[in-house]
Amino acid sequence: MTGDEDRQRPMIEVTDLVKNYGSLAALRGVSLGVAKGEVVVLIGPSGCGKSTLLRCVHLLEEPTSGTIRVGAQQISFGGSGPALAGRKLAAYRSRIGMVFQHFELFPHMTALENVMEGPVTVKRMDRRAAAAVGRGLLAKVGLAGKEESYPAQLSGGQAQRVAIARALAMSPEVMLFDEVTSALDPELVGEVLAVMRQLAEDGTTMIVVTHEIAFARDIADHVLIMDAGAIAEHGRADDVLLCPANPRTRAFLSRFHNTGTLRSSG
Amino acid sequence: MHYHWDLAMVLADTDRWLHGIGITLLYSVATVAGGIVIGVFCGLALLSPKRWVTLPLEAYVEIFRCTPLLIQIVWFYYALPIVLNFSLPAWLAAGMGLTLYMGAFCTEIFRAGVMSIGRGQWQAGRAVGMTYAQLMRRIVLPQAVRRMIPPLLNQSITQLKNTALLYVVAVPDLMYTSSIITAETYRPLEVYTSAAAIYFIMLYPLTLFAKRLETRVDR
Repeated sequence: MTGDEDRQRPMIEVTDLVKNYGSLAALRGVSLGVAKGEVVVLIGPSGCGKSTLLRCVHLLEEPTSGTIRVGAQQISFGGSGPALAGRKLAAYRSRIGMVFQHFELFPHMTALENVMEGPVTVKRMDRRAAAAVGRGLLAKVGLAGKEESYPAQLSGGQAQRVAIARALAMSPEVMLFDEVTSALDPELVGEVLAVMRQLAEDGTTMIVVTHEIAFARDIADHVLIMDAGAIAEHGRADDVLLCPANPRTRAFLSRFHNTGTLRSSG
Repeated sequence: MHYHWDLAMVLADTDRWLHGIGITLLYSVATVAGGIVIGVFCGLALLSPKRWVTLPLEAYVEIFRCTPLLIQIVWFYYALPIVLNFSLPAWLAAGMGLTLYMGAFCTEIFRAGVMSIGRGQWQAGRAVGMTYAQLMRRIVLPQAVRRMIPPLLNQSITQLKNTALLYVVAVPDLMYTSSIITAETYRPLEVYTSAAAIYFIMLYPLTLFAKRLETRVDR
């Protein structure tokens, strides 16, 4: 493959992804591509399938059918049995960073140990090297000095930034953010969004599920609006968020316009 | 009522008392250890999604939890030989009953401990690329074991008292020894009071320790 093709071909490509829970269709054939360094934001009403899509990309859930390609690795679903299992599945996941709504820090480890855990246990990195990486990442998310704190001693915003550092420690090819500010007190949302904004400016490839529409408009290269398990609308952030074509999308977004969220972001 | 206490007389045979205490402690430690080993393996196996693995284990746990320990011991001693066509020595029959009984409770404690670790922790471990074994060793077990210790300690306290049932198959533990000394001295008041006091002295520190652990786990 030539370098030119490499740049044009999306780094992540999801094709016709379907996820059924019994008779409930959570995803009805979703396709999307994310280029290297691109920030894609998924928004939509709750239950529309955006979190399911992230979890499927990470293979925390096994898609029912469709394909996912990350870099050179293409995985097809729908055969008999899981597409990946055991060490291959773990290796796949280690290339993708995930940040959860409820942080899910390891409570029996300090902030630094949380960040070191992936590199040491999964990548077999030397502990001292991992500690150096960990300290660097904690500093990057603004938590220098909190290395020895346990998760219970951190505020929600601090815990979520540790969780971001923990995901970054694996040097993932893409970072997935699943409503990472939804469980935070309003005054703590800003510090987490600031870290994400910095990552976006640094050229991190990101897929972000969020209800922060103003933030989405700020950082997104592309916005996808999901509805009932499918992509209702996609395009450049301003186009989709300011002049949505789909009536259901317009109804969904109008709630945010009414509160003035979009305008105040300027 | 005027009763003349004579503790000196019933406690005179110190060696026999110590032997009884020794047997009680030996059975307690051995059957608790055996029970924990059973609990670790059966508890882990119970997490399997395969019904043919979990069904027999669930049957084992429920049979031993829902029948009296006394019947289990008596059954292994008097009933099993009829099935097997050879008899087990009393110490082994009683030991098996006590161990399998402890094992059933440990299995449940172990399973519940692992299950108490929320889905989110599993997902966070998977998200950094851990295999099942790594996840168990680094994330789930360190947290689960901490939660298992108080119930395990409580079950062990119960287990030590349960060894008194060795009496029915004439294994010379503290309880059986007491009954023998009573028969010889006709002093049930002194003998059984002493025996109760000895059980209490062995267990009271353990209950204090269990309480301290529970408050530490809560933090």
